[in-house]
Parts: sequence; structure tokens; C-alpha cells
Amino acid sequence: MSQQYRLKSCFQMLAEQQRTALIPFITAGDPLADASVDIMHALVDAGADVIELGIPFSDPMADGPVIQLASERAIERGVSLHTVLQDVHNFRQNNQKTPVILMGYLNPLYRMGFAQFAQSAAAAGVDGVLIVDSPPEESVVLESLLAEAGISMIRLVAPTTTAERMRLIAAEATGFIYYVALKGITGAGSGANSDAESGQRINTMRKLTGLPVAAGFGIKDAESAADWAQLADAVVIGSALVTRLAECKSSEQACETVKSFLAPIRIAMDNVT
Amino acid sequence: MFDLGSRPDASGHFGEYGGKYVSETLMAALDDLNKAWQKLRKDPEFLNEFDNDLNFYVGRPSPLYHAKRLSEKIGGAQILLKREDLNHTGAHKINNTVGQALLARYLGKNRVIAETGAGQHGVASATVAARLGMQCVVYMGEVDIHRQAINVYRMRLLGAQVRSVTSGSATLKDALNEAMRDWVSNVDSTYYIIGTVAGPHPYPQLVRDFNSVIGREARRQVQTQFGRLPDALVACVGGGSNAIGLFHPFVDDTEVPMYGVEAAGRGLESGQHAAPLTTGRVGVLHGNKSYLMDDDNGQILHTHSVSAGLDYPGVGPEHSWLKDSGRAEYVAIDDKEALDAFHLLTRTEGILPALESSHAVAYACKLAASMPADKLVLVNLSGRGDKDVHTVAELEGIQL
Repeated sequence: MSQQYRLKSCFQMLAEQQRTALIPFITAGDPLADASVDIMHALVDAGADVIELGIPFSDPMADGPVIQLASERAIERGVSLHTVLQDVHNFRQNNQKTPVILMGYLNPLYRMGFAQFAQSAAAAGVDGVLIVDSPPEESVVLESLLAEAGISMIRLVAPTTTAERMRLIAAEATGFIYYVALKGITGAGSGANSDAESGQRINTMRKLTGLPVAAGFGIKDAESAADWAQLADAVVIGSALVTRLAECKSSEQACETVKSFLAPIRIAMDNVT
Repeated sequence: MFDLGSRPDASGHFGEYGGKYVSETLMAALDDLNKAWQKLRKDPEFLNEFDNDLNFYVGRPSPLYHAKRLSEKIGGAQILLKREDLNHTGAHKINNTVGQALLARYLGKNRVIAETGAGQHGVASATVAARLGMQCVVYMGEVDIHRQAINVYRMRLLGAQVRSVTSGSATLKDALNEAMRDWVSNVDSTYYIIGTVAGPHPYPQLVRDFNSVIGREARRQVQTQFGRLPDALVACVGGGSNAIGLFHPFVDDTEVPMYGVEAAGRGLESGQHAAPLTTGRVGVLHGNKSYLMDDDNGQILHTHSVSAGLDYPGVGPEHSWLKDSGRAEYVAIDDKEALDAFHLLTRTEGILPALESSHAVAYACKLAASMPADKLVLVNLSGRGDKDVHTVAELEGIQL
């Protein structure tokens, strides 16, 4: 099954069922170096439609303290882009269906080499890549290599993105659009409230691209997830989950935490649509 | 007034270096800043106001001083010091913050933020914020807060809030991350005064433009005082703003060699240094592509230098371009050599240099020693050393 097909068929199925996708984010290698694959399966069991797997980076400029600390811990444990790709490969042994998106920063990919990264990611079963510090203007080479490998480069749209830039971003976009729900960093304390302006931007991007739009950054519980589920095709939950996982001492405990944390969120989102 | 040369290109690149590697949330703010700057850098009224501030507030022009006793002691070429240490607040950093404060006011922002390593850029930012009645927050690594306590107190006296950064290595790079996070979160109200020629476009260009007053003056002064151009330029390089400020107006004088001096820390072979141009490779950090120090997994390395201002794993993209093009040469001076130069200049000339600038002085002495007495080596003395007195005393086991 080709990668782009996996994302496409996932969102097609959700549209038919009139459901909003739940996309949990975890930092690879946290809370334990070798528990990520088990946690990914637990995420799927708890109702995740797509998984976002964070590649730890030493200088995560767009992330709040929760994901910064998770990244630092993971790097301490020896987690790297290589081990993240290995995790995806291992996950695919038992799951051929759930799309996996890697999220991170450019330098680890640059160091591996874009061509090798694209090839290895495709071989491991990665469906999309979201690089926070690589806007369309700087992504020409990486984007074309990923496209050749059948991997989507997921594009961000922010509350500050101008109409002109929305068109530029739309022209390049594949997979889905990631709408940054707040002007800030991941996990920002006050959380994000959906508003009319965000609704408009989400609609604009849907029209410009024909792609689904996910909302993320600051969405942290059933209430805020249900709120954004009214506007977006998918909801991303990161820091709130990473915070809870950080306290887990074993793979079993982490999987239990995933289930108890995601269950009410899944229900609240399904009640909206 | 500014050199309107072709670098960076319209998209903010110096060859393959530079660019805008930032999250989407900041792209609109960078576009606005770039539009404003491309207009203002040719606007006579703005440039006139900047010039006035440099003359009457900063105290420019700074002298070009012939360090005769030092030159005699070294026994080679004549060493000339561009006295940026005599500027208001004690370093070249004020050239840039005065300019960026005017820019912030033009953009209608009333809150400014800054990152700082040695504290000089933080002090210079707090100073211009106080002068224009702006709110100011300075991010500083916990390690640097400890080694630059006097500058921290200066910033607080000036009304700035100093926020301690404990993530990562708790030094300059982490302060920069935190300032970026603040900017992303407050992009509507806030202007980010980046202190060096790094960061996303247009910062490497505009910080260079503001600091290139150093090289323009030095070029004029050396011709007036000695009737010719110098035989070498020397400046220390952390992020690289004082070096670019000196080098840029000389770039087309290809007969003048330029030396950028990085921090070799405890020695290049020890791995504990801050010399990305000398030992590193190309990567992406803090919004631009440039030389940097990372491991084989692309994680940014912790650096070490006795001088907080050089303790940074990246470097401005224009330096990477100058290196690859061969127009500038980059070398490294270790902690001990820098400390020796600190003492030497203090004792021979009665000038206490910043530890950052001491790296440049150390290399200039080496270079001068290998040249005849009729040659001229022009060094950027980028800052004064008062802030480092505690560090030096501690290193030498002296309790103050």
C-alpha cells in the first residue's frame, strides 16, 4: 500500500462516517526508550486515527516546556532520527493501516541527508513529515524528494498567515493542512479557543486545497477537542498527553494512561459530529 | 549610506546560507519586518536619525587607536585598535540596538525582547528600551546569569525584566530559543531585537547594516591617520556581529585579508570549544542555514568558552559565505591565550578588553609578530572588560 494512499483512505473513511480524526502526538522515546511502539498501538486502540511521532531535537524553538523536556529526556536515552524510523518500522509489522506523521525540526534530517531520509522514511512506513522550521520557501529540495518517495510534507497555517501566503502554502500542500490554533508554542497554558476567524481560515484552506484540515497547539482535553472538532477535520493533542506519559514508569502503565486519557476525548469528539 | 550590494539576495540568502527557517507563525512578522527594512535602509530621514543617535547618544565615532607599546612589545606589525569599548554601555552592541529600537518604534511595537550571552546585548537593549520608554524582557541562560552578575543587575537597574533560561545548556543558544518562543507568543505586540548577525532573514542583514558603521569609520580613519588601508583585519566571532560590522565595508578591498577569531575554549581537540567555522559543518539552527556544531544525529552540541559572548554553536550566515568564498579566514584562540592577551593589553596600554575581544587581540598579536614593523593590523576591540573582572579573578583563584 503506497503511503499517500494510507492518509487519503483514512480521511475518506472518516468523511464517510462523518467523524473528526483524533491525532495524538507523542515524543519518540519518552517516557521510555523502548516503549514507543507499544504506546503507538495503544493510541490506535484508544481511538487515534493518525499518529504524530515527535523526533526529539536539542533546540525545539516552537515547543513549550513539556515537549522540550520530553525531547531532552529522549536524547539522553539515545533516541535519534534513526531510532524513530526504527520505531515506525516496528509499528508497521502489526499495523499497516494507521498513518504515521513525523514531526520535528530540520537539522536532524539535514544531517542524515534529505535523500537518505526520504528513502528510509518510506521504507519504514512513514506517511507524512511535518518540519516546523522548514516553510515552503526553504523546502524545495526536501519536498520533491519526499514526493518521489510517496510521503506528504504537511504544511502549517497559522493565525498570522496572510491570504497571499495561504495561496502559496496551498499550492504545495499534500496529505492534510495543520492549522496552528494559537499564536504561541505547543502546550501553551491558557489553551486555545476556536473562534470565527480560525473557522474562516480553516474553510479557506479546505477550499484552496481540497485537503482535510487538522487543528493543533493548545488543545488539551475533551472540552477543547470537541470545541475544535466543530471547525476542523482533525484535532491534534500533544503536550497534555506527553505530560501524563512523562510520569509513567513502564510500558504497561503508559498504555493504560493513553487509554484513560484519550477515551473521554474520543467520546466528546464523536458526540459533536 | 548602507552598502546596497547584492548580498543577501531578495530571499535572504548568502549563497546557500541564511534564509528563513522558522515556524509559519513568524513568517508574516518577518515579511513585515523585511518590507519595512528594505524601505528604511534607503530612507534619508531614518538614516539621519540613526546617525544622530550614534553621534550624540552612543558617542561615535569611536577612535582608531595606535597601540604603540603593545606593538613594540610584540615586535612586529603596528596594532591598531578600533575602540568600540568606548561606546555608551561598553561594546559595539549598542550600534545595533539603537537602530533596532528605531525600527521597533517605526513598526509601532512597544514591547521589546532580547537574548543575551555576555549580557552586553541585554544591557544595550535595556538601555534603548529605557530611553524610548518601551517594556523590555531579556532572556539569559542560567549559567551566563551566574558569570555575568553585574550585567544582570545593570539590566534590572534599567528597568528590564531578566528571565533565566534553564533548558538545554542554559547559555546563549537556549536564551535565543526562549526569546523566539516569546516572540511567537506575542508577535503582535512585540519586537525581537536579535543581538547578532544570525537568526532568520532580514536579521543577518539589518544587524550587519547597523554595525557596519564600525568598518566605515575604521576605513576612513586608517586612511586619514596612516594614508592607506590596513594589511589585516582581526575580529572575534561568536554570532559574528562585531566582525561583520568591521569586515563588511572592506569586502571589496580584496588586498586586505580578514581574520575572524573563534573560541577554541579548552582546545579544539578537546571538543570543548565554540568554533563552528573552524571545526563544524553546515546545518540549520535558529532560523538560518550556516556552519554549526552538532553531533551525527543533528543534535546541537553544548559549547564552551571562557567568554559568554562567544559561547554559541552557530554563526551568522554571511560568515559562512565569506569562509567558503575564501574572502575571510577563520581561526581559533583558546581560553588561556585569550586570558594572556587580556592581561597583556591591560598592562601595556591601560585598556581592559572584554574576554570576547581578548580573543581578537591574542590572534592579532600572533599575526603582528609574523609581520614587519611597517605593516598595520587593525583589531576590533569590540567591548570593555569590566564585566569580566569577576570571571578573571575566579579563574585565577582570587577572591574579591
